[in-house]
Amino acid sequence: MSLSEFLAGYGAYYLIIGLILIGIGGLLLKSNYFKKAISLTILQSAIILFYVMSATKRDATVPVIDAGLGAIQPEQYINPLPHTLMLTAIVVSVATSGVAIALLMLVYRRFGTLEEGELLERMR
Amino acid sequence: MIGEHFPVLIPVSLLVGAVVSVPLGLWRGSLSRLVALLATGFSVVAAGVGLRHVLRAGEMRYSLGGWPPPIGIEYVADPLALFVVLVVTGVGFAVTVYSKRSLERESPQNHVPFNAVALLFLAGLSGMVMTGDLFNLYVFLEIASLAAYALVAAGEKRAPVAAFRYLVLGTVGASCYLLGVGFLYLATGSLNMADVRAILPLLPHYRLPFIALCLMVIGLGLKMALFPLHVWLPDAYTYASSVGSAYLAPVGTKVAAYALMRVWFGVFGPVAYALPIGAMLVVASVAGILVGSIMAMAQNDLKRMLAYSSVAQVGYIGLGIGLASPLGFIGAVLHILNHAVMKATLFLVSGALAYRFGTTSILPMDDRLRRAMPWTSAAFAVAALSMIGLPPTAGFFSKWYLALACLKAESWPLVAVIALSSLLNAVYFFRVLERMYLRKASAEERIPGPPASNPGEAPPSMLIPILILGLGVLLIGLANAWIVEKVIKLAIPSGL
Repeated sequence: MSLSEFLAGYGAYYLIIGLILIGIGGLLLKSNYFKKAISLTILQSAIILFYVMSATKRDATVPVIDAGLGAIQPEQYINPLPHTLMLTAIVVSVATSGVAIALLMLVYRRFGTLEEGELLERMR
Repeated sequence: MIGEHFPVLIPVSLLVGAVVSVPLGLWRGSLSRLVALLATGFSVVAAGVGLRHVLRAGEMRYSLGGWPPPIGIEYVADPLALFVVLVVTGVGFAVTVYSKRSLERESPQNHVPFNAVALLFLAGLSGMVMTGDLFNLYVFLEIASLAAYALVAAGEKRAPVAAFRYLVLGTVGASCYLLGVGFLYLATGSLNMADVRAILPLLPHYRLPFIALCLMVIGLGLKMALFPLHVWLPDAYTYASSVGSAYLAPVGTKVAAYALMRVWFGVFGPVAYALPIGAMLVVASVAGILVGSIMAMAQNDLKRMLAYSSVAQVGYIGLGIGLASPLGFIGAVLHILNHAVMKATLFLVSGALAYRFGTTSILPMDDRLRRAMPWTSAAFAVAALSMIGLPPTAGFFSKWYLALACLKAESWPLVAVIALSSLLNAVYFFRVLERMYLRKASAEERIPGPPASNPGEAPPSMLIPILILGLGVLLIGLANAWIVEKVIKLAIPSGL
């Protein structure tokens, strides 16, 4: 397998792995709670991209029936199911971000900080 | 007829209740509570009738929107699913009856959204249990989780911090599960549980499904607070309001454990036994049992003690699952029921103490507590003895089946762990019982703030659920043979 074939086949998956690692790294390393919320969004987006990526095919078109192609050749269309699944996952991700930010607003109003160390001290 | 639709009726009625209760509650505050009672009461009846029907006539499958299963989403009403749904809705109904006075005291302005969120939580859990579709399970998992974050956040001043940490770990868990579903879908091209199970043995190699299983186990392990993924639990249960933790603690983690059984036994089955998932679960569960019990001994707050004991109790369920034998399965499923009823009783009692005395600290308790609240104390004692595992209370029997499963697997250290953990449970519960029943009141250590005008039991709407659940602990213990023979044995997955 040549490098260009490898990149065309698997390159995007390595980028997605990179995104997942950035998300998890942010969750582990950042002490600011808002940055943790951002890392969560990155992690969820990476998984959404993973699903969308898995639907792609070479030389295939959008999954809307094309009069010229007909409906009997599934290899001519990319797989629509992961996209529809990810519509739901995007809704879930938005809801999670919304709840996270609402919680952080409450935390900031009550304790005046979102830094983990200061927060733990003020919670005593 | 209505009968063939009711697998889907349980989550739908709870969801509709959640949506309807907000506008009605804003119009007349008391209506939201009425809607919550109707929705949970209806779902208990539906689950009971459904379980009875399924035990006679076999499992039922319902295709959502009329699409046949591998394409459409399927709901499966088998004995195991309806048993767990009955536990979830039954405890949910008892807590809903209890919630009124406690909410009036602890969060007077918020009871309308609180009721709606609690219904949403129960709807998510029952959907997780009933669904036969891997992606649909993820959606309901997130519905239940988002509602759970809100239930935690509605507690005391520090609750939003605990809720946010719960949210971070819970979302990571759900993301792991979702990624696992993605790998499984890439390998099999299906999301229907039964369909995936049929396709898996035909695959040429299991690289993708094994990665998927590992991710799903980690994700669901986070949701069920399996050691060492339990760190979100103690703060969340402690800082949530009394009613909030009474909703969360008995059923929240159990349904994730049920989902783990579904995925591991129901979807993967024998294919997965090449992976040491069971050994890993057993090790994590044993560590959780010991660490949870030891940490519980060190707590001076009743709710925090109960939260750590939840970590230990989830360990028992994980142990039963990890042994992957029929006896272990019986022990785990029976413990889902037992622990839900015992923990609900204990958390409701701690809520009643908070209602009367404004504190759940263990240190100032003495025998005036028992004289002021004899029935509540009795229910606490029964549930505590059951947690320790004294016959004939319910807790003894699930431990008995787990110990039998360990004996059958010839793992003597595990038997020793079960015995040791019962001793540890005895230590921390007798610490409370000793103060409640034996310690004489002394002048300097007083329970803070019992108003002199109304000493005595909590109001009937709080006391009756406590007593019914406390009685339930005894009755389940006495009826355990019937439950195991008639229900759980029918639910043992094939290939175990």
